[in-house]
Amino acid sequence: MTITESAVSTAGISLRGLTKSFGAVHAVDGVDLVVAPGETVALLGPNGAGKSTTIDMILGLNKPDSGDVRVFGMTPEQAVQRGAIGAMLQTGELIRDLTVRELLAMMASLYPNPARVDDVVDVTGIADIVERRTNKLSGGQTQRVRAAIALISNPDLLVLDEPTVAMDVEGRHLFWNSVRRIAASGKTILFATHYLEEADTYADRIVLMARGRIVADGPATEIKATVGLRTIRATLPGVDTDSLLMLDGVKTAERRGEAIVLHCSDSDAAIRALLPAYPAASDIEIAGAGLEQAFLMLTGDRDGAEVTTEELS
Amino acid sequence: MNLVYLRYELLRTVRNRRFFIFSLAFPLVFFYLIASPNKGQELGGIPFVTYYLAGMASFGTMMAMISTGGRISAERQAGWNRQLRLTPLTPRQYFRAKVATGYLMAAITLALLFVAGLTLGVHLEVGRVVQMAGLVAVGLIPFAALGIFVGHMFHPDSLGPVLGGGVSILAFLGGAWSPVGGTHGFMHDVSLATPTYWLVQAGHVLVGEQAWTGTGWLVIGSWTAVLAVLAARAYQRDTKRV
Repeated sequence: MTITESAVSTAGISLRGLTKSFGAVHAVDGVDLVVAPGETVALLGPNGAGKSTTIDMILGLNKPDSGDVRVFGMTPEQAVQRGAIGAMLQTGELIRDLTVRELLAMMASLYPNPARVDDVVDVTGIADIVERRTNKLSGGQTQRVRAAIALISNPDLLVLDEPTVAMDVEGRHLFWNSVRRIAASGKTILFATHYLEEADTYADRIVLMARGRIVADGPATEIKATVGLRTIRATLPGVDTDSLLMLDGVKTAERRGEAIVLHCSDSDAAIRALLPAYPAASDIEIAGAGLEQAFLMLTGDRDGAEVTTEELS
Repeated sequence: MNLVYLRYELLRTVRNRRFFIFSLAFPLVFFYLIASPNKGQELGGIPFVTYYLAGMASFGTMMAMISTGGRISAERQAGWNRQLRLTPLTPRQYFRAKVATGYLMAAITLALLFVAGLTLGVHLEVGRVVQMAGLVAVGLIPFAALGIFVGHMFHPDSLGPVLGGGVSILAFLGGAWSPVGGTHGFMHDVSLATPTYWLVQAGHVLVGEQAWTGTGWLVIGSWTAVLAVLAARAYQRDTKRV
């Protein structure tokens, strides 16, 4: 991919040839990415894919070994100085002994053109807890306050690193509603997640990362079709995989003893084709393929299971 | 100077009740426990209570200053340090706010000890009190840097032993508990080279001893210079996920 100079200066985020290693581990291994202003982009990938390391470099918390990072044409440091970046890091608690309102006022005082505390409180839906001490909040409430902190500089770019990991279903719902409102106000949003549903529902575009590289990049619907595979398992002896591959909607077929495993781009079509052709099939299970499996297929990586090792620190 | 930021940083310190009350109570309790049974006694022609007040003032303010390290370490563990890196907060502003909280705690410690001294009948001369407080304030500067340094170097789990051990050694060598090495010799020289010694000396201004010699200013200045560089470096490096 080539990126022109004008694209860099007008882009919300521009990453060129980004690499970062920790010892022998290539956490980020040649990432090129351009995010347009106003876009909401999901960085999707399993743990250890390099999402957090990429985000740390966008935020200036980590220096790339090579490559270039620009945020609205500025270096991360310049962008931070201007309050152009707001971020909710993957891990982090709030400092204690202040009310939510006081903490927001404290953070606002650091920026040249901060947002109004009340506006940020509204958009993140924390009006009911704004007078509460930060050490008396639930996990979901804490996350929403952290989102409010990310917005207090009135940033043009909002970066969220797996923001809903610690939240329950209700908390997730409230949180993403806030993000929708923020996106509607024209801000550029980049969020990392390992949930395909989140990426699909809330992003305009999905960037798929595995092993420090971008393996797919496109509109959410397109990526979902690629990785949103389902698996059909059935007990079916004596049928060779080549014939199974002929069935509609089947992308790959495997034999495991008596059982067969079919990875399907369209499991509905596949099951309709499978049953009339092989009535002997029994113990049928249809399951959504995990992201890890999807990556395996995408990258054709036989030992792709290593991708699931813990996020690099 | 960002007064809003500073105000909340101070407010936060005062509101942390367990920390606040415990750090202030410790020197007070110690003072009462040891000074009141010895009320009326003298130590080298100086009332014991006064002498002990001076010693406790040095030790208590030193602890107040260094305890900044504990709060920094806890904030780092909460990931707050990384959050602050995403703001335009300068290292200077950051240090200033941290040092200010240390001085606030030290000032309250000192004030409470003076009041405690008065309840045990210590006669305080305003001139000496002012001179002592001024010297103590200067003598605390290296400890402010030390607190920030260890706060950024150590995890809360290991900070306890590091601070406890480090402070005890410094306090012992500096003669905070009892004079070390007499008036001559190697141990005396070692003692003179610690910042604690001069902090204790600052306290002793209260009991009529002389203020710092040139050596005192040199020792405090050198420790300040070295520790400030170490603290700044530790802060700058400290962007990792803890």
